[in-house]
Amino acid sequence: MAEVLVVVEHSGGEVKKVTLEMLTLARELGTPAAVVLGGPGTAAPLVDKLSEYGAAKVYAGESADLDGYLVAPKAAVLADLVRSVSPAAVLLGSTQEGKEIAGRLAVKLDNGLLADVTALAADGTATQVVFAGSTIVKSQVTRGLPLATVRPNSLTPAPAPTTAEVAPLEVAVDDSAKLARVVERKVEPKGARPELTEASVVVSGGRGVGNADNFKLVEELADLLGGAVGASRAAVDSGFYPHQFQVGQTGKTVSPQLYVALGISGAIQHRAGMQTSKTIVAVNKDAEAPIFELADFGVVGDLFKVVPQAAEEIRKRK
Amino acid sequence: MNIVVLVKQVPDSSAERSLRTDDNTVDRGSASNVINEMDEYAIEEALRIQEAHGGEVTILTMGPEGASESIRKALSMGPDRAVHVLDDALHGSCALATSKVLAAALGTLGADLVLCGAESTDGRVQVMPHMLAERLGIAALTGARKLTVEGGSLTIERQTEEGYEVVAASTPAIVSVWDTINEPRYPSFKGIMAAKKKPVRTLSLADLGVAPDEVGAGGASSAVVEHSKRPPRSGGQKVNDEGEGGVKLVEFLASEKFV
Ligand SMILES: Cc1cc2nc3c(=O)[nH]c(=O)nc-3n(C[C@H](O)[C@H](O)[C@H](O)COP(=O)(O)OP(=O)(O)OC[C@H]3O[C@@H](n4cnc5c(N)ncnc54)[C@H](O)[C@@H]3O)c2cc1C
Repeated sequence: MAEVLVVVEHSGGEVKKVTLEMLTLARELGTPAAVVLGGPGTAAPLVDKLSEYGAAKVYAGESADLDGYLVAPKAAVLADLVRSVSPAAVLLGSTQEGKEIAGRLAVKLDNGLLADVTALAADGTATQVVFAGSTIVKSQVTRGLPLATVRPNSLTPAPAPTTAEVAPLEVAVDDSAKLARVVERKVEPKGARPELTEASVVVSGGRGVGNADNFKLVEELADLLGGAVGASRAAVDSGFYPHQFQVGQTGKTVSPQLYVALGISGAIQHRAGMQTSKTIVAVNKDAEAPIFELADFGVVGDLFKVVPQAAEEIRKRK
Repeated sequence: MNIVVLVKQVPDSSAERSLRTDDNTVDRGSASNVINEMDEYAIEEALRIQEAHGGEVTILTMGPEGASESIRKALSMGPDRAVHVLDDALHGSCALATSKVLAAALGTLGADLVLCGAESTDGRVQVMPHMLAERLGIAALTGARKLTVEGGSLTIERQTEEGYEVVAASTPAIVSVWDTINEPRYPSFKGIMAAKKKPVRTLSLADLGVAPDEVGAGGASSAVVEHSKRPPRSGGQKVNDEGEGGVKLVEFLASEKFV
């Protein structure tokens, strides 16, 4: 079987969940081969996890050049690899970096691109959910191989232990790929909460939360449920919560098992970012709020009463 | 500094949007069409740079006849002129082909800086700046929440999953901006009147030296094979809080094994 290249997303020496999902998906399409691109020493700590999820091979591209510039060098190394191994498909995470590498790869290989797919069948047909979750599209690459970015949380990762063979990649980066230089990388402490796009539970607050201080209520419920915190754009614009937590059309797209909307009306642009969640729960004092049209369970009431009571009840049950 | 801003017309995201049943392309008749919201932030950023450093601001749009409405709207914010790539053969073009056409158009404009929104509200793909940079051999600084221009050097700050990063490049370059970068101005009455007289040049594929079979549905590198409306989610249970709302919520969560 031909190899399916999975471009590894990693952070702080750990493999991100979307990569495990892609490896699981790749097993249906061919033999999964993980591609690690980063600075020297990036691959070693990732190999065990990649093996556990079925990577038969780990291509390790390591060089300071891959780390010191925005995506262009990574795309160049990946394009060389694709030309030399002729894989059955190439999968990347539907993250900012994943999409950017994919865009460059598509141009380099003159290859079609399937963005933000939630499934990819063995015949190369991808499923995409577009227009605020209202439309399902099936599409295919008609020139080149299936090149897809995969939306996080689209499938459940399943282990399939093997022992990956590590194959170092030659990294020779042309000056033309070194035009956008990373001057500084700032890591902001984010505490123990799971990452928003990967979390299986997301608790979001909207304008109804009222102010930044009250967001503690949202955080408390998120922590009790082991979830991440999200926010509507109105909450972000009002300064209640930082922009990186915005869910929706101009924020993050999340697809957790459980989405809890607190004081969020459910505008179409918000729904765009959370509509594919498995279970949706809403608390809103307006019985007519559109969020209730999609909630599996809704409480019409004041969140300042309902949420503390729910938190108390969860604590009691623990 | 000469700046080109890429502006895309998209169906209004507040309205019901769909794909056409005959050729699987975006149905532009089903919702009203507007400027892609993030592009307004790119226009605003261009105008601020122009105010500080001089030069010209040109709007570049590829799209059907009706996109001229969005072009006038963009011009009413203050840019000097516009270029509209208009050709019937473009209908149904994939992202790859679109990048080929826009790159060809940019090639004729010789901009120091190309600005665009970080993503469009219809496609949401975020690939265009990198596709263009790849074709033009220039730097791409993407997802900027802050842009600093000093002579020919550009520095952006952009949000990452871990925090943020600072990335630098020299002109010529393409920079995509996020909606956290500024607050776009509203067109003034004077601006709206002036926009009517601003030059809009139309370019065809022939003008750009791109063959019609490289674009459109025929030249597409990916194709929609089918599409359907997702069954709308039906609302489930709704309870009024009469002092027990929080407990009932947790009972539901427990029944679904979340607690
Ligand atoms: C191009 C574009 C892109 C956009 N992108 C996004 C995006 O990415 N994400 C996003 O979220 N929005 C986005 N929006 C904005 C969107 O249209 C809405 O304005 C926004 O989602 C509203 O946020 P909200 O629900 O928090 O606020 P509101 O609509 O003001 O709703 C607040 C809700 O809280 C309820 N409430 C108030 N007090 C209480 C209380 N004490 N207890 C319980 N309930 C209470 C109210 O009944 C109301 O339903 C975008 C808009 C545009 C035009």
